[in-house]
Amino acid sequence: MLNITPELLATHKISSGEYDKIVSLLSRTPTITELGIFSVMWSEHCSYKSSRVHLKKLPTRSKYVLLGPGENAGIIDIGGGYGVAFKIESHNHPSFIEPFQGAATGVGGILRDIFTMGARPIAVMDAIRFGPLDDPECGKRNRRILEGVVSGIAHYGNCFGVPTVGGECVFDPSYNGNPLVNVFALGVIKADEVFLGRAEGVGNPVIYVGAKTGKDGIHGATMASDEFTEESKQHRPNVQMGDPFMEKLLLEACLEAMKTGAIEGIQDMGAAGLTCSTSEMGSRAGTGMEVDLMHVPQRETGMTAYEIMLSESQERMLLVAKKGREQEVFDVFKKWGLDAAVIGTVTADGILRVRHNGTIVAEIPNRCLADEAPIYQRPFTKPARKVPMEGPTFASKDLGADLKALLASDDLCSKRWIWEQFDYMVRTNTIAGPGYDAAIVRVKETGSSVAVSLDGNGRYCYLSPREGAKLMVAEACRNVSTVGALPLAATNNLNFGNPEKPEIMAQLVEAIEGMSEACEFFETPITGGNVSLYNETLGEGILPTPVLGIVGLMKTTAPVKNVFPAARLDVLLIGGLGDCDLTHFGGTQYANTILKTMWGMPPALDMAQEKKVQDMIRQLVVDGLVESSHDIGEGGIAVALAECSFGGVGCEVMLPNVLRPEFALFHEGPSRILVSTSKAETIHKLGKRLGIEVVALGSTIVDRYVVTGLLDLPLGELRETWESALETKLHA
Amino acid sequence: MKFGVVVFPGSNCDHDAFWAVSHNLGADAEFIWHDSHKLPAVDAVILPGGFSYGDYLRCGAIAKFSPVMASIKKFAADGGLVAGICNGFQILTESGLLPGALVRNQGLKFVCRPVELEVASADTPFTNAFHKGDRVTFPVAHGEGCYTADQRTLDQLEAEDRVLFRYIDNPNGSERNIAGICSKGRNVLGMMPHPERVTEPLMGSSQGLLVFRSMMSALISK
Repeated sequence: MLNITPELLATHKISSGEYDKIVSLLSRTPTITELGIFSVMWSEHCSYKSSRVHLKKLPTRSKYVLLGPGENAGIIDIGGGYGVAFKIESHNHPSFIEPFQGAATGVGGILRDIFTMGARPIAVMDAIRFGPLDDPECGKRNRRILEGVVSGIAHYGNCFGVPTVGGECVFDPSYNGNPLVNVFALGVIKADEVFLGRAEGVGNPVIYVGAKTGKDGIHGATMASDEFTEESKQHRPNVQMGDPFMEKLLLEACLEAMKTGAIEGIQDMGAAGLTCSTSEMGSRAGTGMEVDLMHVPQRETGMTAYEIMLSESQERMLLVAKKGREQEVFDVFKKWGLDAAVIGTVTADGILRVRHNGTIVAEIPNRCLADEAPIYQRPFTKPARKVPMEGPTFASKDLGADLKALLASDDLCSKRWIWEQFDYMVRTNTIAGPGYDAAIVRVKETGSSVAVSLDGNGRYCYLSPREGAKLMVAEACRNVSTVGALPLAATNNLNFGNPEKPEIMAQLVEAIEGMSEACEFFETPITGGNVSLYNETLGEGILPTPVLGIVGLMKTTAPVKNVFPAARLDVLLIGGLGDCDLTHFGGTQYANTILKTMWGMPPALDMAQEKKVQDMIRQLVVDGLVESSHDIGEGGIAVALAECSFGGVGCEVMLPNVLRPEFALFHEGPSRILVSTSKAETIHKLGKRLGIEVVALGSTIVDRYVVTGLLDLPLGELRETWESALETKLHA
Repeated sequence: MKFGVVVFPGSNCDHDAFWAVSHNLGADAEFIWHDSHKLPAVDAVILPGGFSYGDYLRCGAIAKFSPVMASIKKFAADGGLVAGICNGFQILTESGLLPGALVRNQGLKFVCRPVELEVASADTPFTNAFHKGDRVTFPVAHGEGCYTADQRTLDQLEAEDRVLFRYIDNPNGSERNIAGICSKGRNVLGMMPHPERVTEPLMGSSQGLLVFRSMMSALISK
């Protein structure tokens, strides 16, 4: 019998309370394989034990939602008999240890979540965060991590043949030892041909397909113990290796096999590999599964049951076929040159039973792994916050220099160096790619397009997790509305520090509640997502960084531009100049980049006003009343005007004289959108009717960037500053 | 008038080429699986972009052993039109149907961007709808698109008017800015830029359609 020591439990991250529960559920001491199985299934990553009680607060339903949280990905209805499946997932820790493979397998994992539903992936986006590139201590490492992550994403997505159509790349010292790599994927699916991860039909064969199982990633969820290495001898990196070519074959083979009608249920093997797929498929269907590891295709001989069950080798799927129709499945996988093997059967007893070398090495009722998983009401106090409410007195010495510094800052500079490494056009559906407020990808099957925006703002959420989360939802919805799409649903990635610290738990709770309130208000239910906790370095947590992906729907049409397309157009500000005081200026990029500090509160949000502005811009874009449309975000109106000018046509505008210049130019109040138009009068009238302030700022001109009385700069110089900043820093 | 689009394991621009010639050009099209020993009845063959066989070993190096390639060699020898785009170009050089090789981009990174090209020869079945000297913009998306060959081969390509497209602003370090070439018989095209990605207004332009339209008119007048 296994000798259970405190060290063994500690290395499996199982508390003594949890161990007692395991023993009482099994009415005996677990085997080492069972201990491994409990360890991964009850891990934070798989069980959401710290966040589950709070995640329940999120809205998950609407008339568009076909499938909410709980499956591999959520699905919404886009009409015409089709839906889109989408989800975001993190690969933060692996990307720090091995940036290239960590990021690559992050892409691979989320793609499998999409095509396991029966959807063909048509877009990937990524939200990536690093320590500053010029950090005095960690700059060199940060640059190496960024280059590795970017080429890893490129390697996997480009080869697989899915376009990487946008995302965000943000920097902060809190990510120095803990970069964030959140990958979003979306696929098209026939609404009545959705496949679920369910082991239906007692007696049906359980079939393993795809890559062979190796020793890689075995301890992806729980670290190896000394006692355990005694048994496993070899140490392999915890980070898995990705093979996008294998994944491409797996995609084509799975979609083709699904068409045969011989498949009952299917699930990818991601975190916790075979363990997670066997137990989850059984528990969802209320069945059990009996598998014999002898039949699992293996990359090397002599693997233990523990290793096989916990391996996180990539590019593998588990499926349940209709009894007697196995051959049809085998034929398809053979055509694509992939392994397929029956490894067991679906049983009626609800038990996950694993045999290896003729003996039963694990026998666990599925409900113990899923329903009986621990749920913690972690104590929470006030969100961690070490910055003052009151801001410093300051006055700009040179507004032009400030603008240039902002345009060259890590967060706001052009990310072309990154996105040109991604094939953002393959599949020829990319109507608006990187650089747009939201990416637009057409669905050839329906004549409609989806618009997607990924947004997060760690600084806002640090100042106020609740308000920051609401602002994030508003911003993502605004981005989608700015290109003319109606926001329909969302997926979230919650990146936080250690939830066992009450002040970190408080960040998580307040962010979820803020997100919940805003998603309810903007009618964008959360259909799934991912929680990544314990993002800490040397006891210091990252900025609380929820990231949201909003998916919107629009008719397929040529996209509205995000830059001024021609001179002598009117430049209008939809939503007015907004208001700002010193307190609400403390989370801006100006405070971050120019003043190098942070204080106060994030910008104030009026959700009702925000919704009205979004409704108006959507109408303007859909009716073709504007020539360009771009929302005002970080860096305020001064940066937004510059971004609109980088197509080569500048502007000459005057701001209403109601705020001090730094606030007027750089405050980040939400609910504001810049448009250029030749139909100003119609827009003014519409604004009056809808009760939305529309300010005539000026007009577009050639080659210059002028904010009367405040800024007057040659466009070429501004553009050069913005375009070259990232590459200059990377090669410093 | 029917195009055959070859599907290797790892092809990922196969659907794009199919869409371009069927939906946007209005021709018939059919996929051809890589282990077909006989070509179906098609009038022209497209080798699409992607990562055939994972591009392991070298880009296109394994694809040349595919059963379908033997049939395509014969088809080309008989004067059939074969267009290799991106990975298709790499396969054609590996198979010896076109001279030279595609090596790692000079910048060592994958590059995806629209690039301006000059039509260097309009006297081929792939470019007859252009005029020599026309400027067009097609996207590139590759990590190994740097065209290279020995000086004699390059001189010969130029002397025989077999350079079809040249980069205006070379994205990958290709010798003599070469973006696309044809065979001595002028019936085999290889090019790194993707004409199929600019074949309808929603893609930003329809200029790429002219490549496929050229093929169509060459076949009709044959």
